Amino acid sequence: MANEVKLLRSWSSPFALRIVWALKLKGVEFETIFEDLANKSSLLLQYNPVHKKIPVLVHNGKPVCESLVILEYIDETWNAAHPLLPKDPFGRAEARFWAKFSDDKLMPLIKKATIGQGEDKEEARVQTAENLKYVEELLKGKKFFGGETIGYLDLAFGWMAYLINVLEEVSGATLIKKEEFPLLSKWMENFYELPEFKESWPDRDRLITKFKNYG
Amino acid sequence: MSSSEVKVLGAWASPFVMRARISLNIKSVDYEFLQENLGSKSELLLKSNPVHKKIPVLIHGDKAISESLVIVQYIDEVWTSSESILPSDPYDRAIARFWAAYLDEKWFPSMSKIARARGEEEKKAAIKLVQEGLVLLEDAYTKCSKGKMFFGGEKIGFLDIALGCFLGWLRVTEKAHKVKLIDEAYSPGLVKWAENFCADAAVKDVMPETDKLYEFSKVLMAKMRAPQKPA
Repeated sequence: MANEVKLLRSWSSPFALRIVWALKLKGVEFETIFEDLANKSSLLLQYNPVHKKIPVLVHNGKPVCESLVILEYIDETWNAAHPLLPKDPFGRAEARFWAKFSDDKLMPLIKKATIGQGEDKEEARVQTAENLKYVEELLKGKKFFGGETIGYLDLAFGWMAYLINVLEEVSGATLIKKEEFPLLSKWMENFYELPEFKESWPDRDRLITKFKNYG
Repeated sequence: MSSSEVKVLGAWASPFVMRARISLNIKSVDYEFLQENLGSKSELLLKSNPVHKKIPVLIHGDKAISESLVIVQYIDEVWTSSESILPSDPYDRAIARFWAAYLDEKWFPSMSKIARARGEEEKKAAIKLVQEGLVLLEDAYTKCSKGKMFFGGEKIGFLDIALGCFLGWLRVTEKAHKVKLIDEAYSPGLVKWAENFCADAAVKDVMPETDKLYEFSKVLMAKMRAPQKPA
């Protein structure tokens, strides 16, 4: 059977971008279907009835949902090129742990610290700095979270490479200072500059507008 | 491998801790079970899970692994000579992981809402949400089990463990609020599945008795309602 791969995504979702990046790294051809989240298509509702969310990867008609689940599916299905997760179980456990940390702890905190409505921004900023220290620590002696080349955890943290800057501009807060987080700052630059991903970044002005209108 | 090499930091009542213990049982791995005291966190816990300071933590030699589903997958990937916990097909694995994430992010929190509901209306709404989730899970069970006993097929697997660990608290909720959650009416498959899961050799010694858990839940509620002691 021919390999038919579709990706349902939105123009700006960081979760969907992870899948774009993964498919690019694996050299998988795919069709992109952009969803208007204010007006969800019947296709999306059919493929993800439980959450009605993007991204959804559809492989030969079968949908896979939840970005981190999709990343592992991609890694296991297209396993010849560019492995995303390391081979050793502890390395894999670490990668999975920190990816969850990115989504469950860091992302909400950073949103709260920048575009949160009426909540204690200062407290969120302090907590953000404390939690970013863990991420900085992960990069000790490494160029990427995956080592010499990018892997699962780089894709999981990839949203930072373009969103932090946007959120900082919209809110006027500086979350990541080069002096405080030299490794993380360098990683963000390196990730943003990756030639494979050059075309993938959502339009910055459009992002600024989106977050200015947030809430 | 000696049992001192593998430790589980946890508590008998925690469904998340149970996931780790069931997984080790499936793999016939001996381990030391170190229980945390309610209301205080041990040095070892703070040292081995500094980020979240939560149980379960699996300690394997000099490594500490946190987050229950991460632990289950780690156990599956380290002890490969025994029964597999995750399915072998990538699509089946994705489905199992999807539903496990749903359980933790949506379904279990909705069950917790029942206990925290204020007034009958809120309670009814909370119960309805849990039951709707169970309808989804019944459908998932039908699709995953393909006529066999468990989500994982003939033997218990990842999704059985992910959902099954909540059965103790589910029964406590049913008892405390006089409601049937896993019901013949809309989840007949899960009714039978639950019985078989609890009877499984890897599960039966770590699944708390409903009455014991019920008594414990009252202690927990009392503690939550008590005025906080100054730190």
